[in-house]
Amino acid sequence: MDEEIRLMKGNEAIAHAAIRYGADGYFGYPITPQSEILETLMAEMPWEKTGMVVLQAESEVAAINMVYGGAGTGKKVMTSSSSPGVSLKQEGISYIAGAELPCLIVNVMRGGPGLGTIQPSQADYFQTVKGGGHGDYRLITLAPSSVQEMADFVGLGFDLAFKYRNPAIILADGIIGQMMEKVVLPPFHPRRTEEEIVKECPWATQGKTSNRKPNIITSLELDPAIMEENNLRFQAKYKRIEENEVRYEEYMCDDAEFLLVAFGSSARICLKVVENARKEGLKVGLLRPITLWPFPKLILQKYAGQVKGILSVELNAGQMVEDIRLAVNGKVKVEHFGRLGGIVFTPDEVLEALKNKIIK
Amino acid sequence: MKYEIIIAGFGGQGVLSMGKILAYSGLMEGKEVSWMPSYGPEQRGGTANVTVILSDERISSPVLNEYDIAIVLNQPSLDKFEDKVKSGGILIYDSYGIHTEIKRKDISVYRVDAMDAATEMKNEKAFNMLILGGLLKIVPMVKLENVLLGLKKSLPERHHKLIPMNEAAIKKGMEIIEKVD
Repeated sequence: MDEEIRLMKGNEAIAHAAIRYGADGYFGYPITPQSEILETLMAEMPWEKTGMVVLQAESEVAAINMVYGGAGTGKKVMTSSSSPGVSLKQEGISYIAGAELPCLIVNVMRGGPGLGTIQPSQADYFQTVKGGGHGDYRLITLAPSSVQEMADFVGLGFDLAFKYRNPAIILADGIIGQMMEKVVLPPFHPRRTEEEIVKECPWATQGKTSNRKPNIITSLELDPAIMEENNLRFQAKYKRIEENEVRYEEYMCDDAEFLLVAFGSSARICLKVVENARKEGLKVGLLRPITLWPFPKLILQKYAGQVKGILSVELNAGQMVEDIRLAVNGKVKVEHFGRLGGIVFTPDEVLEALKNKIIK
Repeated sequence: MKYEIIIAGFGGQGVLSMGKILAYSGLMEGKEVSWMPSYGPEQRGGTANVTVILSDERISSPVLNEYDIAIVLNQPSLDKFEDKVKSGGILIYDSYGIHTEIKRKDISVYRVDAMDAATEMKNEKAFNMLILGGLLKIVPMVKLENVLLGLKKSLPERHHKLIPMNEAAIKKGMEIIEKVD
């Protein structure tokens, strides 16, 4: 019954997927709307089945630093939180990126700024894809738009994180975290053995052997000449990721005259907008970035030559719209529509905005 | 086949769990389902609602403008959702919580006196299953056998002994639902 169809919340799917993808450890601190991740992991008690550690830390800062430590030993470790909690983790995330360690972070976004609200939002786009913490680093950013993708992206996130020795983040929101849908959970992957980790992660601090130099995990380098070299190495890696890991989904774009661009829950709402617009004879398509970084620039450049206008639909005041404008570089009109602070737009509101701002 | 349903009432009335049982029943019938709760700080006494969609095809948006069926179990829910029922759609209410007349003339309106029936059954917890029974009588969107399977799936095993009571409540709800002209 490994591939049984289940009905569950997005948050629950993340927890089950973490166990099934052979995660070694989860470290977190509860916050709405993602507390079910920690709750489900605690209820499942994976430490008795797979040996996975699940720990409620004393704070978000502690949790991300536990992830830092676990990642340094080559373990598959993760944390999750929601917007204010993810802000607290930023220092640790920057250190992990600077030390070139793989890990998985989950942000189930809620409305901000500050403590804000517990309702859904996508206002942490900038924080996630532009930095958040200090320094020139990037997070591989996956934006799920279904409960199934919440489960799938745990596996994909870990794979990409280890492939590039870089933190990956699942950027979800309160809708995807809280809604229940059908999901097919992945089959059980056993956790890697210590021997496998030593073999796959020669950089990990797994105990020095006499035939190699010590592995030192740090983001600190006081010699600026070496620090610049480190940064150039990071940048070369980010370029490889940009060339190889862009993911997106197109819906009715072939003959589209107007393009909606939306990710996560907004993309789900926009699917219905496309259906409704098509019923009115309007040729509307949807491009859904799955990776927010690396951002799907090339496909947008292609559509810039085809469509009459692009509307970026986001639960924020206009963040991804900046990346769309950079990608199309003035070739086509790009506008933004959003609702703020935890309010979610209806399909009708989006269609109205598309008509007013783009179609006219 | 596609049903877009809103169930709304007070927190503690079993609104979310009724939606969950309906969603599980749909799952048992091989349908696509989505269950999207309002997840505010809604505890006993606050308002709570859940959008449930059952469909033969992939479900696009879990967030809707308007509904085929609205089940409203208190006055604020009627005020909020009466206008959002599609023309030709269905509104179901329990007169216990509703003090004003239903204004819409272009929809079918039904009443289930579930609170009274639950009191009569000496079981307040049967309330939401009485409502569900009423709904299934008017729109048999899922078979009763699948609802019972759905109950089994959605309830923890220690509560499986309550399934016969829930089944009785569903059947009672089917009997007591009335069309309002």
